[in-house]
Amino acid sequence: MHFKGKAWKFGNNIDTDVIIPARYLTTSDPAVLARHCMEDANPLFVSRVTPGDIIVAGENFGCGSSREHAPIAIKAAGISCVIAKSFARIFYRNAFNMGLPIFEAADLWSQISDGQELVIDGQSGLVTAGEIKIRTSPIPVFMQELIAAGGLMNYMVKRKAAINDPQK
Amino acid sequence: MAMTITEKILSSHAGCEKVHPGMLIMARVDIALGNDVTAPLAIEEFRKAGGKQVFDRRKVVLTPDHFTPNKDINSASLCKIMRDFAREQEITHYFEIGEVGIEHALLPEQGIVLPGDLVIGADSHTCTYGALGAFATGVGSTDLAAAMLTGEAWFRVPETMKVILRGKPGKWVSGKDVILYLIGLIGVDGALYRALEFSGEGVAALTMTDRLTIANMAIEAGAKNGIFIPDEITRAYVAGRAKREYSCLDSDPDAEYSQVVEINLSSLEPQVAFPHLPSNVRDISRVGEVKIDQVVIGSCTNGRIEDLRMAAAILKGRRTAPFVRLIIIPATQEIYRMAMHEGLFDIFLAAKAAISTPTCGPCLGGHMGVLAEGERAVATTNRNFVGRMGHVKSEVYLSNPAIAAASAVLGRIASPDEL
Repeated sequence: MHFKGKAWKFGNNIDTDVIIPARYLTTSDPAVLARHCMEDANPLFVSRVTPGDIIVAGENFGCGSSREHAPIAIKAAGISCVIAKSFARIFYRNAFNMGLPIFEAADLWSQISDGQELVIDGQSGLVTAGEIKIRTSPIPVFMQELIAAGGLMNYMVKRKAAINDPQK
Repeated sequence: MAMTITEKILSSHAGCEKVHPGMLIMARVDIALGNDVTAPLAIEEFRKAGGKQVFDRRKVVLTPDHFTPNKDINSASLCKIMRDFAREQEITHYFEIGEVGIEHALLPEQGIVLPGDLVIGADSHTCTYGALGAFATGVGSTDLAAAMLTGEAWFRVPETMKVILRGKPGKWVSGKDVILYLIGLIGVDGALYRALEFSGEGVAALTMTDRLTIANMAIEAGAKNGIFIPDEITRAYVAGRAKREYSCLDSDPDAEYSQVVEINLSSLEPQVAFPHLPSNVRDISRVGEVKIDQVVIGSCTNGRIEDLRMAAAILKGRRTAPFVRLIIIPATQEIYRMAMHEGLFDIFLAAKAAISTPTCGPCLGGHMGVLAEGERAVATTNRNFVGRMGHVKSEVYLSNPAIAAASAVLGRIASPDEL
Protein backbone atom coordinates (compact mmCIF):
# COMPACT_ATOMS: atom_id res chain seq x y z
CA MET A 1 0.00 0.00 0.00
CA HIS A 2 1.22 3.46 -0.91
CA PHE A 3 0.38 6.76 0.78
CA LYS A 4 0.67 9.89 -1.30
CA GLY A 5 -0.11 13.46 -0.36
CA LYS A 6 1.21 16.80 0.74
CA ALA A 7 2.93 17.23 4.08
CA TRP A 8 1.38 19.15 6.99
CA LYS A 9 4.21 19.98 9.34
CA PHE A 10 3.64 20.32 13.10
CA GLY A 11 6.19 20.73 15.90
CA ASN A 12 6.97 18.80 19.08
CA ASN A 13 4.50 17.70 21.78
CA ILE A 14 1.32 18.08 19.71
CA ASP A 15 -1.19 16.99 22.37
CA THR A 16 -4.59 15.40 21.95
CA ASP A 17 -6.27 18.57 23.27
CA VAL A 18 -4.93 20.32 20.19
CA ILE A 19 -5.68 17.43 17.82
CA ILE A 20 -9.30 17.43 18.96
CA PRO A 21 -10.26 19.82 21.80
CA ALA A 22 -12.32 18.37 24.64
CA ARG A 23 -15.16 20.80 23.89
CA TYR A 24 -16.00 18.56 20.93
CA LEU A 25 -15.85 15.27 22.84
CA THR A 26 -19.57 15.17 23.42
CA THR A 27 -19.75 13.23 20.16
CA SER A 28 -17.77 10.41 18.60
CA ASP A 29 -19.13 11.01 15.09
CA PRO A 30 -15.99 10.95 12.87
CA ALA A 31 -17.40 13.56 10.46
CA VAL A 32 -18.05 16.06 13.26
CA LEU A 33 -14.66 15.41 14.89
CA ALA A 34 -12.94 15.86 11.52
CA ARG A 35 -14.39 19.36 11.18
CA HIS A 36 -12.42 20.49 14.27
CA CYS A 37 -9.24 18.47 13.83
CA MET A 38 -6.09 20.48 14.66
CA GLU A 39 -8.06 23.74 14.75
CA ASP A 40 -6.25 25.08 17.83
CA ALA A 41 -2.84 24.45 16.21
CA ASN A 42 -3.66 25.57 12.66
CA PRO A 43 -7.16 26.97 11.97
CA LEU A 44 -6.62 26.55 8.20
CA PHE A 45 -5.93 22.83 8.43
CA VAL A 46 -9.51 21.62 8.15
CA SER A 47 -10.43 23.78 5.16
CA ARG A 48 -7.25 23.04 3.21
CA VAL A 49 -6.47 19.40 3.96
CA THR A 50 -7.05 17.08 1.01
CA PRO A 51 -7.59 13.31 1.10
CA GLY A 52 -4.28 11.46 1.28
CA ASP A 53 -2.36 14.27 2.97
CA ILE A 54 0.26 13.34 5.53
CA ILE A 55 0.99 14.85 8.96
CA VAL A 56 4.71 15.15 9.66
CA ALA A 57 5.35 15.99 13.31
CA GLY A 58 8.16 16.28 15.81
CA GLU A 59 8.61 14.43 19.08
CA ASN A 60 5.92 13.01 21.37
CA PHE A 61 3.01 13.39 18.93
CA GLY A 62 -0.37 12.72 20.55
CA CYS A 63 0.70 13.29 24.16
CA GLY A 64 -1.92 13.93 26.81
CA SER A 65 -5.30 12.30 27.08
CA SER A 66 -6.24 8.80 25.94
CA ARG A 67 -9.09 10.00 23.70
CA GLU A 68 -9.32 7.78 20.64
CA HIS A 69 -11.25 10.67 19.15
CA ALA A 70 -7.80 12.05 18.23
CA PRO A 71 -6.77 9.39 15.69
CA ILE A 72 -10.42 9.15 14.58
CA ALA A 73 -10.50 12.89 13.84
CA ILE A 74 -7.20 12.72 11.94
CA LYS A 75 -8.31 9.76 9.84
CA ALA A 76 -11.73 11.25 9.14
CA ALA A 77 -10.12 14.55 8.09
CA GLY A 78 -8.59 12.62 5.20
CA ILE A 79 -5.05 12.20 6.52
CA SER A 80 -3.60 8.96 5.13
CA CYS A 81 -0.84 8.52 7.70
CA VAL A 82 1.20 10.31 10.37
CA ILE A 83 4.99 10.37 10.46
CA ALA A 84 6.57 11.69 13.67
CA LYS A 85 9.95 11.68 15.34
CA SER A 86 8.23 9.85 18.20
CA PHE A 87 4.69 9.16 19.44
CA ALA A 88 3.22 9.35 22.93
CA ARG A 89 2.43 5.78 23.94
CA ILE A 90 -1.37 5.87 24.23
CA PHE A 91 -1.69 7.57 20.84
CA TYR A 92 0.72 4.99 19.40
CA ARG A 93 -1.36 2.03 20.54
CA ASN A 94 -4.67 3.74 19.68
CA ALA A 95 -3.48 4.32 16.11
CA PHE A 96 -2.61 0.66 15.55
CA ASN A 97 -5.71 -0.54 17.41
CA MET A 98 -8.12 1.51 15.29
CA GLY A 99 -6.24 1.49 11.99
CA LEU A 100 -4.53 4.85 11.43
CA PRO A 101 -1.15 4.11 9.80
CA ILE A 102 1.74 5.76 11.65
CA PHE A 103 5.50 5.74 11.10
CA GLU A 104 8.46 6.86 13.18
CA ALA A 105 11.28 8.73 11.46
CA ALA A 106 13.81 10.88 13.28
CA ASP A 107 15.36 12.52 10.21
CA LEU A 108 12.45 13.36 7.92
CA TRP A 109 11.04 16.46 9.66
CA SER A 110 14.07 18.71 9.11
CA GLN A 111 14.51 17.65 5.47
CA ILE A 112 11.09 18.44 4.06
CA SER A 113 9.05 21.60 3.81
CA ASP A 114 5.40 22.23 4.66
CA GLY A 115 3.19 21.31 1.71
CA GLN A 116 5.82 19.15 0.00
CA GLU A 117 4.56 16.06 -1.85
CA LEU A 118 5.44 12.79 -0.08
CA VAL A 119 5.11 9.17 -1.12
CA ILE A 120 5.36 6.36 1.43
CA ASP A 121 5.64 2.68 0.67
CA GLY A 122 3.51 1.24 3.47
CA GLN A 123 5.25 -2.13 3.20
CA SER A 124 8.89 -1.05 3.37
CA GLY A 125 8.29 2.23 5.17
CA LEU A 126 10.37 4.12 2.61
CA VAL A 127 9.48 7.82 2.31
CA THR A 128 10.20 9.62 -0.95
CA ALA A 129 10.16 13.42 -0.99
CA GLY A 130 11.52 14.63 -4.33
CA GLU A 131 15.16 13.57 -4.39
CA ILE A 132 15.16 12.61 -0.72
CA LYS A 133 14.61 9.02 0.37
CA ILE A 134 14.28 8.24 4.07
CA ARG A 135 13.53 4.93 5.74
CA THR A 136 11.14 4.97 8.72
CA SER A 137 11.63 2.67 11.72
CA PRO A 138 10.42 -0.89 11.05
CA ILE A 139 6.92 -1.59 12.39
CA PRO A 140 7.13 -4.19 15.21
CA VAL A 141 5.89 -7.67 14.24
CA PHE A 142 2.95 -7.56 16.65
CA MET A 143 1.76 -4.24 15.19
CA GLN A 144 1.99 -5.76 11.70
CA GLU A 145 -0.24 -8.58 12.92
CA LEU A 146 -2.76 -6.03 14.22
CA ILE A 147 -2.76 -4.27 10.84
CA ALA A 148 -3.10 -7.58 8.97
CA ALA A 149 -6.05 -8.58 11.17
CA GLY A 150 -7.76 -5.24 10.46
CA GLY A 151 -7.31 -3.76 13.93
CA LEU A 152 -7.33 -4.90 17.54
CA MET A 153 -10.96 -6.03 17.80
CA ASN A 154 -10.66 -8.42 14.86
CA TYR A 155 -7.34 -9.67 16.23
CA MET A 156 -8.79 -10.35 19.69
CA VAL A 157 -11.93 -12.01 18.34
CA LYS A 158 -9.80 -14.35 16.20
CA ARG A 159 -7.48 -15.02 19.13
CA LYS A 160 -10.41 -15.86 21.40
CA ALA A 161 -11.88 -18.16 18.77
CA ALA A 162 -8.53 -19.92 18.34
CA ILE A 163 -8.21 -20.47 22.11
CA ASN A 164 -11.76 -21.82 22.39
CA ASP A 165 -11.33 -24.08 19.36
CA PRO A 166 -7.67 -24.99 18.77
CA GLN A 167 -8.60 -27.20 15.75
CA LYS A 168 -9.55 -24.20 13.68
CA MET B 1 16.04 -13.63 37.63
CA ALA B 2 15.61 -10.20 39.14
CA MET B 3 12.53 -8.16 38.24
CA THR B 4 11.04 -4.78 39.08
CA ILE B 5 7.59 -4.55 40.66
CA THR B 6 6.18 -3.54 37.25
CA GLU B 7 7.73 -6.62 35.60
CA LYS B 8 6.45 -8.87 38.39
CA ILE B 9 2.86 -7.70 38.02
CA LEU B 10 3.00 -7.99 34.22
CA SER B 11 4.56 -11.47 34.30
CA SER B 12 2.05 -12.85 36.82
CA HIS B 13 -0.85 -11.51 34.75
CA ALA B 14 0.60 -12.82 31.48
CA GLY B 15 1.11 -16.28 32.98
CA CYS B 16 4.84 -16.35 32.36
CA GLU B 17 7.63 -16.76 34.88
CA LYS B 18 9.76 -13.91 33.65
CA VAL B 19 9.29 -10.90 31.42
CA HIS B 20 11.89 -8.45 30.20
CA PRO B 21 11.68 -4.93 28.76
CA GLY B 22 10.65 -4.90 25.10
CA MET B 23 8.73 -8.17 25.33
CA LEU B 24 5.15 -8.12 23.98
CA ILE B 25 2.68 -9.88 26.22
CA MET B 26 -1.03 -10.55 26.42
CA ALA B 27 -2.09 -10.07 30.03
CA ARG B 28 -5.29 -10.55 31.99
CA VAL B 29 -6.70 -7.41 33.58
CA ASP B 30 -8.15 -7.12 37.09
CA ILE B 31 -10.06 -3.92 36.34
CA ALA B 32 -11.06 -2.27 33.05
CA LEU B 33 -12.35 1.29 33.43
CA GLY B 34 -14.21 3.71 31.19
CA ASN B 35 -15.84 7.13 31.56
CA ASP B 36 -18.57 9.09 29.78
CA VAL B 37 -16.16 10.27 27.04
CA THR B 38 -14.41 6.98 26.31
CA ALA B 39 -16.83 4.20 27.28
CA PRO B 40 -19.54 4.98 24.66
CA LEU B 41 -16.96 4.44 21.88
CA ALA B 42 -15.80 1.23 23.57
CA ILE B 43 -19.38 -0.02 23.90
CA GLU B 44 -19.90 0.61 20.16
CA GLU B 45 -16.73 -1.36 19.33
CA PHE B 46 -17.73 -4.12 21.77
CA ARG B 47 -21.07 -4.55 19.98
CA LYS B 48 -19.56 -4.31 16.49
CA ALA B 49 -17.25 -7.20 17.40
CA GLY B 50 -20.30 -9.29 18.31
CA GLY B 51 -19.93 -8.79 22.07
CA LYS B 52 -22.93 -10.01 24.04
CA GLN B 53 -21.59 -10.20 27.57
CA VAL B 54 -18.62 -8.59 29.31
CA PHE B 55 -15.91 -11.01 30.46
CA ASP B 56 -16.65 -10.31 34.15
CA ARG B 57 -19.27 -7.81 35.29
CA ARG B 58 -17.39 -7.25 38.59
CA LYS B 59 -14.23 -6.17 36.79
CA VAL B 60 -15.64 -3.54 34.45
CA VAL B 61 -15.96 -0.10 36.06
CA LEU B 62 -18.01 2.71 34.49
CA THR B 63 -17.85 6.26 35.85
CA PRO B 64 -19.81 9.15 34.33
CA ASP B 65 -17.50 11.90 35.63
CA HIS B 66 -16.30 14.14 32.78
CA PHE B 67 -19.29 16.11 31.47
CA THR B 68 -21.53 15.35 34.44
CA PRO B 69 -24.01 16.29 35.76
CA ASN B 70 -24.73 16.45 32.04
CA LYS B 71 -23.87 19.81 30.58
CA ASP B 72 -25.89 19.46 27.36
CA ILE B 73 -27.97 17.06 25.31
CA ASN B 74 -24.99 15.44 23.62
CA SER B 75 -23.26 14.65 26.90
CA ALA B 76 -26.55 13.36 28.32
CA SER B 77 -26.78 11.01 25.34
CA LEU B 78 -23.27 9.68 26.00
CA CYS B 79 -24.14 8.99 29.62
CA LYS B 80 -27.34 7.26 28.55
CA ILE B 81 -25.35 4.86 26.35
CA MET B 82 -23.20 4.00 29.36
CA ARG B 83 -26.11 3.73 31.78
CA ASP B 84 -28.11 1.46 29.45
CA PHE B 85 -25.04 -0.75 28.97
CA ALA B 86 -24.39 -0.90 32.74
CA ARG B 87 -28.01 -1.91 33.34
CA GLU B 88 -28.02 -4.51 30.56
CA GLN B 89 -24.68 -6.04 31.63
CA GLU B 90 -25.43 -5.74 35.36
CA ILE B 91 -22.10 -3.98 35.89
CA THR B 92 -21.27 -4.10 39.61
CA HIS B 93 -19.26 -0.88 39.67
CA TYR B 94 -21.42 1.57 37.78
CA PHE B 95 -21.71 4.81 39.73
CA GLU B 96 -24.75 6.97 39.09
CA ILE B 97 -24.75 10.75 39.60
CA GLY B 98 -25.08 11.20 43.34
CA GLU B 99 -22.60 8.44 44.08
CA VAL B 100 -20.03 8.95 41.32
CA GLY B 101 -16.80 10.86 41.88
CA ILE B 102 -13.79 11.62 39.71
CA GLU B 103 -12.73 8.13 38.70
CA HIS B 104 -9.12 8.19 39.91
CA ALA B 105 -10.12 9.50 43.34
CA LEU B 106 -13.13 7.17 43.54
CA LEU B 107 -11.58 3.78 42.68
CA PRO B 108 -8.83 3.82 45.34
CA GLU B 109 -11.23 5.28 47.92
CA GLN B 110 -13.77 2.51 47.31
CA GLY B 111 -11.14 -0.25 47.40
CA ILE B 112 -11.88 -1.21 43.79
CA VAL B 113 -8.20 -1.08 42.78
CA LEU B 114 -5.66 -2.78 45.04
CA PRO B 115 -1.93 -3.46 45.34
CA GLY B 116 -0.62 -5.96 42.79
CA ASP B 117 -3.54 -5.38 40.40
CA LEU B 118 -3.23 -4.90 36.67
CA VAL B 119 -5.60 -2.09 35.73
CA ILE B 120 -6.36 -0.51 32.38
CA GLY B 121 -8.55 2.52 31.98
CA ALA B 122 -9.69 4.44 28.95
CA ASP B 123 -8.41 7.60 30.58
CA SER B 124 -4.80 8.68 30.57
CA HIS B 125 -4.68 9.36 34.32
CA THR B 126 -5.40 5.71 35.12
CA CYS B 127 -1.72 5.60 36.11
CA THR B 128 -2.85 7.11 39.46
CA TYR B 129 -3.35 3.64 40.98
CA GLY B 130 0.38 2.96 40.86
CA ALA B 131 0.41 4.82 44.18
CA LEU B 132 -1.00 1.63 45.71
CA GLY B 133 1.60 -0.64 44.11
CA ALA B 134 -0.62 -1.65 41.18
CA PHE B 135 0.33 -1.63 37.50
CA ALA B 136 -2.17 0.83 36.03
CA THR B 137 -2.09 2.48 32.65
CA GLY B 138 -4.21 4.53 30.32
CA VAL B 139 -5.45 3.08 27.03
CA GLY B 140 -7.94 4.03 24.34
CA SER B 141 -11.53 2.99 23.79
CA THR B 142 -10.68 0.06 21.49
CA ASP B 143 -8.37 -1.41 24.15
CA LEU B 144 -11.20 -1.06 26.66
CA ALA B 145 -13.61 -2.73 24.24
CA ALA B 146 -11.22 -5.65 23.71
CA ALA B 147 -10.69 -6.02 27.46
CA MET B 148 -14.44 -5.94 28.15
CA LEU B 149 -14.80 -8.73 25.59
CA THR B 150 -11.84 -10.95 26.48
CA GLY B 151 -10.47 -9.79 29.85
CA GLU B 152 -7.09 -9.24 28.24
CA ALA B 153 -4.90 -6.43 26.93
CA TRP B 154 -1.58 -6.34 25.10
CA PHE B 155 1.49 -4.67 26.53
CA ARG B 156 5.05 -4.00 25.61
CA VAL B 157 6.94 -4.57 28.86
CA PRO B 158 8.43 -1.16 29.71
CA GLU B 159 11.90 -0.33 30.88
CA THR B 160 11.84 1.22 34.35
CA MET B 161 13.24 4.57 35.39
CA LYS B 162 13.91 4.72 39.11
CA VAL B 163 13.25 7.97 40.96
CA ILE B 164 14.96 8.00 44.35
CA LEU B 165 13.40 10.45 46.80
CA ARG B 166 15.47 11.67 49.74
CA GLY B 167 14.73 13.94 52.69
CA LYS B 168 11.39 15.38 53.79
CA PRO B 169 9.25 17.96 52.02
CA GLY B 170 9.16 21.39 53.68
CA LYS B 171 6.25 23.74 54.37
CA TRP B 172 3.71 24.09 51.52
CA VAL B 173 5.50 21.37 49.51
CA SER B 174 3.36 18.38 48.50
CA GLY B 175 3.25 15.49 46.07
CA LYS B 176 2.25 17.92 43.31
CA ASP B 177 5.54 19.76 43.66
CA VAL B 178 7.52 16.52 43.55
CA ILE B 179 5.96 15.41 40.28
CA LEU B 180 6.04 18.89 38.68
CA TYR B 181 9.72 19.18 39.60
CA LEU B 182 10.43 15.74 38.10
CA ILE B 183 8.59 16.59 34.87
CA GLY B 184 10.54 19.82 34.68
CA LEU B 185 13.74 17.84 35.13
CA ILE B 186 13.17 15.07 32.56
CA GLY B 187 10.63 16.70 30.21
CA VAL B 188 7.17 15.74 28.97
CA ASP B 189 8.60 12.73 27.14
CA GLY B 190 11.41 12.06 29.63
CA ALA B 191 9.87 8.74 30.65
CA LEU B 192 8.25 7.90 27.29
CA TYR B 193 7.13 4.25 27.07
CA ARG B 194 8.74 3.59 30.47
CA ALA B 195 7.67 2.80 34.02
CA LEU B 196 8.48 5.40 36.69
CA GLU B 197 9.27 3.69 39.99
CA PHE B 198 9.43 5.90 43.07
CA SER B 199 11.65 4.72 45.90
CA GLY B 200 14.08 5.91 48.54
CA GLU B 201 13.63 6.84 52.18
CA GLY B 202 11.80 10.03 51.17
CA VAL B 203 8.75 7.97 50.15
CA ALA B 204 7.95 7.30 53.82
CA ALA B 205 7.43 11.06 54.26
CA LEU B 206 4.73 11.09 51.57
CA THR B 207 1.08 10.52 52.43
CA MET B 208 -1.12 8.33 50.22
CA THR B 209 -2.62 11.54 48.84
CA ASP B 210 0.86 12.77 47.86
CA ARG B 211 1.59 9.43 46.19
CA LEU B 212 -1.71 9.39 44.29
CA THR B 213 -0.93 12.89 42.98
CA ILE B 214 2.59 11.86 41.94
CA ALA B 215 1.52 8.65 40.18
CA ASN B 216 -1.40 10.54 38.59
CA MET B 217 0.93 12.79 36.62
CA ALA B 218 3.41 10.08 35.52
CA ILE B 219 1.66 10.30 32.12
CA GLU B 220 2.71 13.96 31.95
CA ALA B 221 6.30 12.72 31.68
CA GLY B 222 5.20 10.29 28.95
CA ALA B 223 5.39 7.28 31.30
CA LYS B 224 3.37 4.12 30.84
CA ASN B 225 2.85 3.84 34.59
CA GLY B 226 4.06 5.34 37.84
CA ILE B 227 4.47 2.98 40.77
CA PHE B 228 5.30 2.95 44.48
CA ILE B 229 6.36 -0.11 46.48
CA PRO B 230 3.61 -0.82 49.04
CA ASP B 231 4.60 -0.03 52.65
CA GLU B 232 2.86 0.53 56.00
CA ILE B 233 1.13 3.65 54.64
CA THR B 234 -0.25 1.60 51.74
CA ARG B 235 -1.44 -1.19 54.04
CA ALA B 236 -3.12 1.28 56.38
CA TYR B 237 -4.88 2.90 53.39
CA VAL B 238 -6.05 -0.38 51.88
CA ALA B 239 -7.16 -1.95 55.18
CA GLY B 240 -10.91 -1.57 55.57
CA ARG B 241 -11.35 -0.76 51.87
CA ALA B 242 -10.30 -4.02 50.22
CA LYS B 243 -13.05 -6.55 49.70
CA ARG B 244 -10.84 -9.12 47.96
CA GLU B 245 -7.28 -10.43 48.21
CA TYR B 246 -4.33 -8.39 47.04
CA SER B 247 -0.56 -8.72 46.91
CA CYS B 248 2.06 -6.26 48.07
CA LEU B 249 5.09 -6.76 45.84
CA ASP B 250 8.59 -5.31 45.87
CA SER B 251 11.29 -4.88 43.23
CA ASP B 252 14.23 -7.25 43.53
CA PRO B 253 17.39 -5.56 44.85
CA ASP B 254 19.30 -6.40 41.67
CA ALA B 255 16.49 -5.50 39.23
CA GLU B 256 17.61 -3.50 36.21
CA TYR B 257 16.76 0.15 35.62
CA SER B 258 17.26 2.11 32.43
CA GLN B 259 17.94 5.33 34.34
CA VAL B 260 18.14 6.54 37.94
CA VAL B 261 17.17 10.06 39.00
CA GLU B 262 17.47 11.49 42.52
CA ILE B 263 15.36 14.23 44.06
CA ASN B 264 16.03 15.84 47.44
CA LEU B 265 12.62 16.67 48.87
CA SER B 266 14.11 18.91 51.56
CA SER B 267 15.35 21.44 49.03
CA LEU B 268 12.14 21.59 46.95
CA GLU B 269 10.09 24.78 46.72
CA PRO B 270 6.45 24.76 45.61
CA GLN B 271 6.43 24.51 41.81
CA VAL B 272 4.29 26.30 39.22
CA ALA B 273 4.02 24.98 35.65
CA PHE B 274 3.62 27.86 33.20
CA PRO B 275 1.73 27.55 29.91
CA HIS B 276 1.67 25.46 27.80
CA LEU B 277 3.50 22.37 29.05
CA PRO B 278 3.60 20.70 32.49
CA SER B 279 7.41 20.66 32.14
CA ASN B 280 7.57 24.45 32.01
CA VAL B 281 8.06 24.73 35.79
CA ARG B 282 9.43 27.47 38.02
CA ASP B 283 10.05 27.69 41.76
CA ILE B 284 7.34 29.79 43.41
CA SER B 285 10.01 32.34 44.36
CA ARG B 286 10.74 32.89 40.66
CA VAL B 287 7.21 33.27 39.34
CA GLY B 288 7.10 37.07 39.26
CA GLU B 289 3.89 39.08 38.85
CA VAL B 290 1.22 36.93 37.16
CA LYS B 291 -2.32 38.28 37.58
CA ILE B 292 -5.12 35.72 37.45
CA ASP B 293 -8.86 35.54 36.74
CA GLN B 294 -9.75 32.12 38.11
CA VAL B 295 -8.57 29.45 40.53
CA VAL B 296 -9.63 25.80 40.32
CA ILE B 297 -8.97 23.47 43.25
CA GLY B 298 -9.98 19.92 42.42
CA SER B 299 -9.47 17.17 39.78
CA CYS B 300 -8.11 13.62 39.90
CA THR B 301 -4.76 15.18 40.72
CA ASN B 302 -5.63 17.36 43.74
CA GLY B 303 -9.29 17.02 44.72
CA ARG B 304 -8.79 14.81 47.81
CA ILE B 305 -9.65 15.74 51.40
CA GLU B 306 -6.03 16.57 52.32
CA ASP B 307 -5.92 18.95 49.34
CA LEU B 308 -9.11 20.67 50.50
CA ARG B 309 -7.80 20.89 54.08
CA MET B 310 -4.63 22.51 52.79
CA ALA B 311 -6.66 25.07 50.85
CA ALA B 312 -8.93 25.70 53.84
CA ALA B 313 -5.96 26.32 56.15
CA ILE B 314 -5.00 29.22 53.89
CA LEU B 315 -8.48 30.49 53.06
CA LYS B 316 -9.67 30.56 56.69
CA GLY B 317 -10.69 34.11 57.57
CA ARG B 318 -9.74 35.39 54.11
CA ARG B 319 -11.63 36.28 50.94
CA THR B 320 -10.95 35.75 47.28
CA ALA B 321 -9.63 38.90 45.56
CA PRO B 322 -12.18 41.10 43.74
CA PHE B 323 -12.98 39.90 40.20
CA VAL B 324 -11.31 36.51 40.82
CA ARG B 325 -13.40 33.33 40.69
CA LEU B 326 -12.50 30.48 43.04
CA ILE B 327 -14.00 27.09 42.14
CA ILE B 328 -13.55 24.18 44.55
CA ILE B 329 -14.47 20.68 43.46
CA PRO B 330 -14.29 17.83 45.99
CA ALA B 331 -13.37 14.77 43.92
CA THR B 332 -15.86 12.30 45.40
CA GLN B 333 -19.09 12.30 47.39
CA GLU B 334 -17.20 10.91 50.40
CA ILE B 335 -14.71 13.79 50.22
CA TYR B 336 -17.62 16.20 49.80
CA ARG B 337 -19.27 14.85 52.94
CA MET B 338 -16.02 14.95 54.94
CA ALA B 339 -15.30 18.53 53.85
CA MET B 340 -18.82 19.54 54.84
CA HIS B 341 -18.65 17.88 58.27
CA GLU B 342 -15.20 19.28 59.00
CA GLY B 343 -16.49 22.80 58.41
CA LEU B 344 -14.36 23.37 55.31
CA PHE B 345 -17.41 24.48 53.32
CA ASP B 346 -18.04 27.32 55.79
CA ILE B 347 -14.49 28.51 55.22
CA PHE B 348 -14.82 28.18 51.44
CA LEU B 349 -18.17 29.97 51.32
CA ALA B 350 -16.86 32.80 53.51
CA ALA B 351 -13.92 33.05 51.10
CA LYS B 352 -16.36 33.51 48.18
CA ALA B 353 -15.68 30.11 46.66
CA ALA B 354 -18.12 28.27 44.41
CA ILE B 355 -18.30 24.67 45.60
CA SER B 356 -19.15 22.11 42.92
CA THR B 357 -20.41 18.57 42.95
CA PRO B 358 -17.66 16.10 41.89
CA THR B 359 -16.80 16.40 38.18
CA CYS B 360 -13.73 16.61 35.93
CA GLY B 361 -15.46 19.73 34.55
CA PRO B 362 -13.06 22.62 33.99
CA CYS B 363 -9.85 20.55 34.00
CA LEU B 364 -10.46 19.61 30.38
CA GLY B 365 -12.44 22.71 29.47
CA GLY B 366 -15.67 20.74 29.71
CA HIS B 367 -17.90 22.86 31.94
CA MET B 368 -18.07 24.42 35.43
CA GLY B 369 -15.37 27.04 34.85
CA VAL B 370 -14.35 27.37 31.20
CA LEU B 371 -12.01 30.30 30.41
CA ALA B 372 -12.64 33.18 27.98
CA GLU B 373 -10.08 34.63 25.57
CA GLY B 374 -7.08 36.10 27.37
CA GLU B 375 -8.03 34.74 30.80
CA ARG B 376 -5.59 33.09 33.19
CA ALA B 377 -6.24 30.38 35.73
CA VAL B 378 -4.21 28.78 38.48
CA ALA B 379 -5.36 25.19 38.75
CA THR B 380 -4.45 22.17 40.84
CA THR B 381 -5.19 20.08 37.74
CA ASN B 382 -2.71 18.22 35.56
CA ARG B 383 -2.49 19.81 32.11
CA ASN B 384 -1.87 23.33 30.87
CA PHE B 385 -1.90 22.64 27.12
CA VAL B 386 -3.13 25.24 24.62
CA GLY B 387 -6.90 25.62 25.05
CA ARG B 388 -7.07 22.99 27.78
CA MET B 389 -9.47 24.93 30.05
CA GLY B 390 -11.29 26.87 27.36
CA HIS B 391 -10.37 29.48 24.78
CA VAL B 392 -7.30 28.80 22.68
CA LYS B 393 -5.86 32.09 23.95
CA SER B 394 -6.45 31.35 27.65
CA GLU B 395 -3.71 30.20 30.03
CA VAL B 396 -3.45 27.58 32.77
CA TYR B 397 -0.80 27.56 35.50
CA LEU B 398 -0.49 24.32 37.46
CA SER B 399 0.23 24.33 41.19
CA ASN B 400 -0.50 22.62 44.50
CA PRO B 401 -3.63 23.57 46.53
CA ALA B 402 -1.75 25.89 48.92
CA ILE B 403 -0.38 28.02 46.09
CA ALA B 404 -3.78 27.98 44.36
CA ALA B 405 -5.57 29.16 47.54
CA ALA B 406 -3.05 31.91 48.26
CA SER B 407 -3.27 33.02 44.62
CA ALA B 408 -7.06 33.29 44.88
CA VAL B 409 -6.72 35.62 47.86
CA LEU B 410 -4.07 37.84 46.28
CA GLY B 411 -5.35 37.76 42.69
CA ARG B 412 -1.91 36.81 41.40
CA ILE B 413 0.21 33.68 41.61
CA ALA B 414 1.53 33.73 45.16
CA SER B 415 2.90 31.70 48.04
CA PRO B 416 0.97 31.45 51.34
CA ASP B 417 4.03 33.07 52.93
CA GLU B 418 3.04 36.32 51.22
CA LEU B 419 -0.30 36.51 53.03
